[in-house]
Parts: sequence; C-alpha cells; structure tokens
Amino acid sequence: MQNSTSATPPVRSYLSNLVWTLVRFREAGISIFILLLMFVVTLRAPSFLTTDNFNDILLNISILVIVALAQTMVIITHGIDLSVSSMIGLVAMMVAFVVKQNPEMPVIFAVLLGMALGSVLGSFNGLIITRGNVPPIIATLGTLSIYRGLVFFYSQGTWINSFELPDNFKMLSKGTPLGLPNMVIIAVLVALVVYYFLNHTRTGRDIYAVGTNPDAAPFAGIRKDRIIFLVYLLSGILAGLAAVLWVSRFESAQTNTASGFELQTVAASVVGGVSISGGVGTVPGVLLGALLLGIIQNSLTLIRISPFWQLAAQGLLILIAVISDKWILTRVERTNK
Amino acid sequence: MISSSSASDTKSVSLISENAPKSSFLSRFLRWEWMLVGLIFIVVIVNTQLTPYFLDARNLSRTSSDFMEIGLMMLPMVFIIITGNIDLSVASNMGMSASFMGLLHNMGVNIWVAAAAALLLGTLGGMLNGYLISRVKLPALVVTLGTYAFYRGLAYGFLGDQAARGYPEAFTYFGQGKVFQTLVPFSVALFLFMAVIFGLVLHRTSFGRYLFSIGNNENATNYSGVPVAKIKFIIYTLSGFMASLAGLVLAARFGSTRPDNGTGLELAVITAAVLGGVDINGGKGSMLGAGLSLLLIGLMRFGMGLMNIQGQVQGIAIGLLLILSILIPSMVRSLSSAGKNINWRSAFSAFLFLLVFVLFFVFFFWSRAAVIANI
Repeated sequence: MQNSTSATPPVRSYLSNLVWTLVRFREAGISIFILLLMFVVTLRAPSFLTTDNFNDILLNISILVIVALAQTMVIITHGIDLSVSSMIGLVAMMVAFVVKQNPEMPVIFAVLLGMALGSVLGSFNGLIITRGNVPPIIATLGTLSIYRGLVFFYSQGTWINSFELPDNFKMLSKGTPLGLPNMVIIAVLVALVVYYFLNHTRTGRDIYAVGTNPDAAPFAGIRKDRIIFLVYLLSGILAGLAAVLWVSRFESAQTNTASGFELQTVAASVVGGVSISGGVGTVPGVLLGALLLGIIQNSLTLIRISPFWQLAAQGLLILIAVISDKWILTRVERTNK
Repeated sequence: MISSSSASDTKSVSLISENAPKSSFLSRFLRWEWMLVGLIFIVVIVNTQLTPYFLDARNLSRTSSDFMEIGLMMLPMVFIIITGNIDLSVASNMGMSASFMGLLHNMGVNIWVAAAAALLLGTLGGMLNGYLISRVKLPALVVTLGTYAFYRGLAYGFLGDQAARGYPEAFTYFGQGKVFQTLVPFSVALFLFMAVIFGLVLHRTSFGRYLFSIGNNENATNYSGVPVAKIKFIIYTLSGFMASLAGLVLAARFGSTRPDNGTGLELAVITAAVLGGVDINGGKGSMLGAGLSLLLIGLMRFGMGLMNIQGQVQGIAIGLLLILSILIPSMVRSLSSAGKNINWRSAFSAFLFLLVFVLFFVFFFWSRAAVIANI
C-alpha cells in the first residue's frame, strides 16, 4: 500500500519526475479518466459544464456515495456485502408503511427508525459471518434473497405511492435550506465522518489491519471478529439511512426498490481503487468512483445515446476504467522498482 | 476469492486432513452428498403430504425444464468456483446471446444461422472475461461485474423495447419438446448429457485435477508447470458458451426473447453450486453434489409454488437453506470444541441479539398489520 514512499527515485529528468509524482497518487488513474471523459463530453454537449448539471449529478450520486462508502469498509476487511440492495428495499418498505400510518411524525424519527431497522439487518449479517463462520459472499447472498423475500411478505405485493406520503417527508431529500439539497449535504457529512473514522481513529486503522493480514491482526491485539461485525453493522445502518432517502427522493416504496443496486455500490468502490482482496481503499477514491459512475450516466443522456445502449456503454466504460487503472498501477510499480 | 474471516482456519484444517489417510477424506467428502439426498427425501415426503399434485409425472416433467437454464450455467460455474474464481456475468451473457438471436431472427435471418451466431457471440463474451482475468490479471469479481452490466446492456441495445417471437417449431423443440414421446423434456436430456461430460472432465481427467489444484494454491500450481492462465481462459470461455446455450434453451422454452430475460439468475446459479458443496474459496466440490442441490432447489421451489407461495417469498427458504448449509456444520464444530466452558458474557450477548431480532419481528408484524388490513 505504502510502497511508493519507501523507494527514492534515482536521478531522472524533470519531466518524468513530474509524471512520477502525479502518478504516485492511487487516485491518479481515475482522475485522469474523469477529466478526459468530461473533456470529450463537453466537446459534444457544452451544457455539460453548467452548475445546474453538476447539481443534478450530485443529487443522483448521493445515495450511491452513502452505500458505496459502507461497501468500501466491508471490502477493506476482505469481505463483501451483496445484501445492501435488499436491506434498502426492506427498510424502505417498512419506513414507508410507518410514515403512511403516522403522517404527523417528525421526519427525524423516520430517519432514526430507518437506521435502527438497518442496524438489525446488518448485525444479522455480521453475526452469521463472525460467529457462524459463513463466508461473507455466501452469507450476504443468502440474506440478499431472504430480505428481498421479506419485502414481498411484508407488503403482500403492494406499493406505497407518492400521494400516501406527507410533504415534509418528501422534502427531506430535496429541500434546500442550506443552499444544496439536504441529501447532498447528508452524503458529504457521511463521507467526512467515514474519512475521519477510517484515517484517524484506532478502530478505523484496525479495519485496514484486518483486511491486510487477517491472520496477523489478532496477534497485534485486534479483535478481528468485532471489527468484522462492526463493518457489517455500519453497512446496515448506512443502508437504512439510504433507504429513507430513497423513499423520500423517489416518493414511493416498491417491492423491487434498489434491486440490483448492490453491484453499483461494488462498482463504485472498485472503480475508485478499492482492492477486492482487502486492505486497500480510500474515501476520496470511492467518491471519485461514484462521481465517475454519475458522470457516465449523466453524459450518456446529454450526448443523446439511445437509452437502450446506455447500460452497455456504462458497463464498457467501467471495464475501461478498471483496465486503465490497472495499466497505470503496473507502470507505477515498475517506476518504483 | 472473497474469503471469510475464518478462511485461513478452514484452509489449514483441510490441509491437515489431506495428509490423513485417504479414506477419511473420502468419507468426509461423501457426507455432504448424503445430506443432500436426505434433504431431497424430506422435501419429497413433506410435499406429497401437503399437496396431491406434487407426485404428478406431467407436473414434474413440466417444472423440471424450468431449471435447466440454471443447470446448464451451473456446470462451468462449478469449474470456476473450484478454481477460487467467480463469474457474475453468466445471466447477462445468456440474455445477450438470446437477444442477439432474436435480433437476427427479426431481421429475417435463418433461425439456425442466428442460433449459431448467438453461440459464437456468447463464447466470445466468455473469452473476453477469460482474457481480462488470465492475461490482464484483473480480479474475476471486478471483470465479471463489469461485463455483467456490459452484456446486459448489449441485450437491451439489440432488442430495445421489442421482443422477438415467432420462432419455428423445429427450434422451440429445444425448450418445449420431449425426447422420443416420453415425458423427459429435451432440455433435461441435454442438461444430463452435459452434466455427465462436465463431471467426467472434473473428476476423471488431469484437467479436472488442475482445477482443484489451482483452487488450493494457484501460485504453487503455476510453479509446477501447469498452464494456469490458459486453463482459466478455457473455463471462462466454456462458461460463455454454456451461458449462450442456456440462452437458446430459454428462448426456445418461452418461444420469445426479451432483453431482460434471466435477470438475476447468476445468483441462483451460484447458490445452486455452493449449496452443492462447492467451496466458494476454491479447491473443493463435486459435480454430483451440484446436481443434487439443483434437484433439491427445484423440488423445493416446485412444492412451494404448488402451495401458492410467491417466487420472491420462496427466496427466503432458499436463502436460509444456503446459509444454514454452512452455518450448521460450523456451529456443531465450534460447540463441540468449546461446549465445556460456557462463559456468561457470550451467553448474555447471545440473549441480547435474540431479543433484538425478536423485537424486530414484533415491529415487523405490528407495523404491517394496519396497512395490510386496508387492502
């Protein structure tokens, strides 16, 4: 992870030195890719570079950022949480039912309720993974279908529609008392907290330690099971928060809410440089990853690519981003040697 | 791939057992298959008690073809998981191939030419996965996550909001026909034929042994002179081919193709393989176990369907089964080793968790009651 600092480069020309400094940053690959993409899109559609459009992009990626950060913490411990989409679906439906029944309830209660429900679902994941020794991908694959099944069982196939939700709840995500939509502010706050947590607290550093070497971590006095339980618990809590925002933003709770979203969160983390084999990943990287996904989605519409081809273009761009990142990384490693 | 917190523990245990006499390893291996057979018996008995329509040959014959696409994709998935990798793109590849065939059919191309072209496209899709994983050395999960979106996107690109239909009867035979006037659907016969071939390759050839050895220790296998990269490339290519074959069977069974055909099936495929005893961390598994688990899932879903349980609610049972299949053996192991000294702190925290989950379900039913009553 930190191999770039240990090797001092031999005498080299000024230019290659500059390139080397630039490329040393883990996020260099994706940043260059984003800038290139923005440049190309602006050539085709000048309306891309407007404040309105960027507000749009930010609004669209807020939920993704929140859940992708949770996913990142899980992946850093060498795990994966495929159940986030079903947790969002279940919490969204339950919160929507409660809000429909109690329209006078203060909005903050809905948020707290969502996070509490999410924490129960997340701790169930954490429990079977740590106490039951079930591999994370199996455990969360199982709860992916269990939680989704519970959504159908819970609602008996009905939906909660826009007219059944009170206005103040709908404004929770879209209101702009502070200039920016609340949802964007919440996402930024979550990002700041997670950044501080991962980099400046003992527990945060332990998360990296567990992912880097799960066998050595206990010898360093780290309670491995606690850390792993914690990341799944956090994943549940943040998924619960995302669920409330989801209902508020899209003004409905459906039985298939967020289905398939788990792969987007993994994509945002991985494109943002989080290593699937654990121990590596940064908050700025993930933010860039989510931003890239948001820009891709936004720009494909702006440059008038048929909606039917957009998913293919998204997939292709994700592949290109991952490949170019790998390409740059191997160059960096070669330079460091 | 993704290993659990305890992956290293279980790995070291399995290494020790491999040094032990061969017979004990074999008996350990066989136990899981017997467990599946037992579960299948239980499911059959429970279902025959609950509904008279369960043991109806015509019903069973019709429902069996519902699971053959999953089965066809499961066969190469067993290979891939045994090497410690994964392929998330199979269902998307299936959709892409079927849609491509539908597109060509809509353009008036002969159906057999279209089918061959679809098989070629699917195989190319598998090769792309294989190339990126074995040569560019990207993690399998990342690559197949990307192609999962890419191939599904191509499926939408090919057909848009259209559906392809009106396939000739000679083609729909692949999904709807029966073999020689018996009740055995053609797709089941195709699956069984393929399963035998894949099983023989896995358990009776050196290629199969290499797969296990890659799953146990990829570096050591590589240094032993086994062409690891080439083998990975081959199994992903196979996976692409089988996915497109499954796509053709699906198109033939429905008699039409839509670009969203088979969305989410990759998880069913992985579930079937893992429930069959294929270790997600690689190195362990058998084709027989995977086949039995497919039968078990099929019978369970069929029985629940007869009892009017929605498909997604059935997922609760399948998900629980998947988790319990790993949870129970590991619980038994840890209880028998640490059963003597129960400490009060862990008992207390267990009680606390139980309380939380009970409260959750109390809230679950309470909050739901008022709304459901109004429907």
